[in-house]
Amino acid sequence: MLTVILILFPLVFLLILLSIRQEKIVRQFALAASLIEFGVAVAAFIQFKTSCHCNLLFTADWLATLGVSLKFGMDGISLLMVMLTTFLIPVIILASFSHAYPKPRAFYGLVLLMEMALVGVFTAFDGLMFYIFWELALIPAYFICAVWGGNDRIRITFKFFLYTFVGSLFMLVALIYLYFRTPLPHSFDLHWLYAATLTPGEQSWIFVAFFLAFAIKIPIFPFHTWQPDTYAAAPATGSMLLAGMMLKMGIYGMIRWMVPVCHNAVQEYAPYVIALAVTGIIYASVIAIRQGDMKRLVAYSSIAHVGLIAAGVFSLTAIAMQGAIIQMISHGINIVGLFMVIDIIEKRTGTRTISELGGIAHKAPRLAIMFMIILLGSIALPLTNGFIGEFLLLLGLFEYSAVFAAIAGLTIIFSAVYMLWMYQRTMYGPPNVITENIPDLTWPEMAAFIPLVVMIFWIGLFPGLFLDVALPDVMQTLNFIR
Amino acid sequence: MTTIISLTILGVLVLFLGIMKKQSWLLPVILLGLVVSMVLTIMDWNAARSYYHEMIIVDHVSVAFSTVLIFSTFLIFSLAAHYYRGVQRPLDDIYGVMIFALTGAVMMTSYGNLIMLFLGIETLSIALYVLAGSHKEAITSNEATLKYFLLGSFLSGFLLFGIALIYGSSGSFDLHRISVYVASCAGTYPPMFLAGLFLLIIGLAFKIAIVPFHFWAPDVYEGTPTLLTAFMATVVKTASIVAMFRFFTHTFQGIHGVWETTIWVMAALTILLGNLTGVYQPNLKRMLAYSSISHSGYMLLAVVAFSRMSDNALLLYTLSYSIATISAFGILILIREAHGNDYFSSLNGMGKTNPLEAFCLTVSMLSLAGIPPLAGFMAKYYLFTAALEKGLVWLVIIAIVGSAISVAYYFKPIMAIYLKESNGVKLNVETPYKVHLMFMTLLVILIGVLPFLVVGLL
Repeated sequence: MLTVILILFPLVFLLILLSIRQEKIVRQFALAASLIEFGVAVAAFIQFKTSCHCNLLFTADWLATLGVSLKFGMDGISLLMVMLTTFLIPVIILASFSHAYPKPRAFYGLVLLMEMALVGVFTAFDGLMFYIFWELALIPAYFICAVWGGNDRIRITFKFFLYTFVGSLFMLVALIYLYFRTPLPHSFDLHWLYAATLTPGEQSWIFVAFFLAFAIKIPIFPFHTWQPDTYAAAPATGSMLLAGMMLKMGIYGMIRWMVPVCHNAVQEYAPYVIALAVTGIIYASVIAIRQGDMKRLVAYSSIAHVGLIAAGVFSLTAIAMQGAIIQMISHGINIVGLFMVIDIIEKRTGTRTISELGGIAHKAPRLAIMFMIILLGSIALPLTNGFIGEFLLLLGLFEYSAVFAAIAGLTIIFSAVYMLWMYQRTMYGPPNVITENIPDLTWPEMAAFIPLVVMIFWIGLFPGLFLDVALPDVMQTLNFIR
Repeated sequence: MTTIISLTILGVLVLFLGIMKKQSWLLPVILLGLVVSMVLTIMDWNAARSYYHEMIIVDHVSVAFSTVLIFSTFLIFSLAAHYYRGVQRPLDDIYGVMIFALTGAVMMTSYGNLIMLFLGIETLSIALYVLAGSHKEAITSNEATLKYFLLGSFLSGFLLFGIALIYGSSGSFDLHRISVYVASCAGTYPPMFLAGLFLLIIGLAFKIAIVPFHFWAPDVYEGTPTLLTAFMATVVKTASIVAMFRFFTHTFQGIHGVWETTIWVMAALTILLGNLTGVYQPNLKRMLAYSSISHSGYMLLAVVAFSRMSDNALLLYTLSYSIATISAFGILILIREAHGNDYFSSLNGMGKTNPLEAFCLTVSMLSLAGIPPLAGFMAKYYLFTAALEKGLVWLVIIAIVGSAISVAYYFKPIMAIYLKESNGVKLNVETPYKVHLMFMTLLVILIGVLPFLVVGLL
């Protein structure tokens, strides 16, 4: 039942929000709504940990004749993803307080709609429901970026929409095709789709269709061309939503749908996918070093980081799979933090070009400290969250192939290079005309940072809680491979 | 049968009201009459039977699609009060001819005999030639009616010739007897019969506007008064596709090997060409014309698939397509009124000046593009499932590519509405019109979320 409440709450709040007359309290209401939603997610987490491993399943008929049902539930993997979503949304809303976005009702309404769609994607145990929520998430994301975005947003966001829409259409064909290969009576139920009988040729085609959808969303090189532009053109909130949660849909989809359904094809093509992902890691890292715009730098660093996650998933080892899940959470937290820092700097100085900044640490020490902590998490320093994830990923990848692991391991060095260099150029040195009068973080802004910092250290110091939750389901997923 | 009788009476009644100079009674009487005949139609649901030696067949398919046709006409008439509000001249002739066109359309969904099919098509077409030219002062309207009439009557000749050839070889107009004849041929068909079959396909393809017989559509749609374009794009299209569906699935199913490839190619071409050309259209009305061409391609999928699901799929598709299209035309009427043209730039900033109308147009565009959870997505999903059940993987992939292309033009109005600066013109809309638009938008969302209300009926 809690699962359904999690999906429906944002929708209910959205309807209430649209009827609020005073524009001033809209964002407070949105924050309160997202906090309640987080509370429900925590309740689900506690129920999952303490009472039963019952997957919090909800089932109801929808299109009985076609085997489509409203089947929602949460296993360990889904639960962690839902926790991540519901945790980040309040932080993102809080971070958006300092922006006076025009038309706040529409803006926060779309954010809540997005939350609903994301929770739906992560909890759907039915193929068609998964697809419907997957596409539904795209609509608010598109509008948030297109309406409240920056320069050249119309062309860029349309490219983003078209790219991801095309990818997911192929997934739709694959899902319907799979449906006809399930045992009679056909059904879209997750476990029926797992049981579909496919010839090797069919598996390959379905693999390709799924891979297109997920690879574009993540994005894996060479399907990444929409990403840096979109992150740069999107408003701060939009970038956080896209990078923090939306791309996790792709990796989650791989673990939940692709690996179990076309397990033979996954094994067969894993080296190629890992090769692509590793190429992407190196390619994006090299480009990131040369970026002059902070937001674009972080966008490219994100391609490198998620490339490592994808490579880990395809190494098909339990360790890397665990690492992928924990790294999805860490990456979400870290990149939201980084975008928050960039947003704050841009708001105060009017620029995010690295060469125009400098000496911020002298004037705004609190900002500099927060930036440093998040940055250390991002470059995977031991005791921070990034370390746990990347270490497990590389360990798993090493088990698969030492060569790939060695090349992918360069990401840690590279990310230290471009991140620390960016930090040095923006934070240290003498303050210039632009950064001379930069005010330090206000308390509301600190309030948005603190949960992120807490999580960075919590995951870094005590990852066991999160690893335990997902372990049985990771093993179950890998059972399809063996 | 009760449908055809009640609609004919309604049409005559409208003309009499005109003679008695009761112009203000027209619309209330028509709307009430349509509701009544819709109720009468639905009452025939469990009374499947045939009339006049199987000239007219009343079964689930005919009842369901007749209801869709009458409902679409009802939605269009609800826009008429606003559309014709400044017009001084009597309107009973236009309204009456529309009702008669609808009668022809209903005949096309329930024929059991090729003569009845031809009668239905001609009743519909002749009425349409008149309607296309009903804006006598506008040169575009005259052009539209002339084009449509010349081509339409020529293609009606094809259709009639095809029927004659089929009669010549099978010895009957009756669908059931033709299907018995087809079975008796046992694989070898006389050339005369095949020629007749393909002439029949060509004649119907023209009416539906399927590539390569679609060239008339954009020009005629553009020149025709907007309200009647909505009628053409929805009611006429639904009736023609159902007519095609009926004889392919019921009569010629036995020889699907003969026509399957042809329809397959036509569907693929229609989807690709319709969508690709749609991208390059300068204004909303022409764009909707190409959108309607490409949607007929999708509907052909149901014909090629003729699986156990395709009746339901086609029903859902025609219904959701019609509602979304009429809603889009409803906004188009407002735009043309306020700006005098319908270039995409006229939509700029509508999200600020008219948020409600902007939302309605957005929903209808998203539904036509097939984005969940709207009606258009569920319709496409059903259609694709029906086609994949028959193993038409490549056709479905072409349809998917077409959908992807279509996003390029369905998003043009959306981008103009929300992302461009307003040009300061506010649309003038009365409350009933607004309510009507909201009603259609709500239906599009509702059918998307609860599709089982519609599918599973047949």
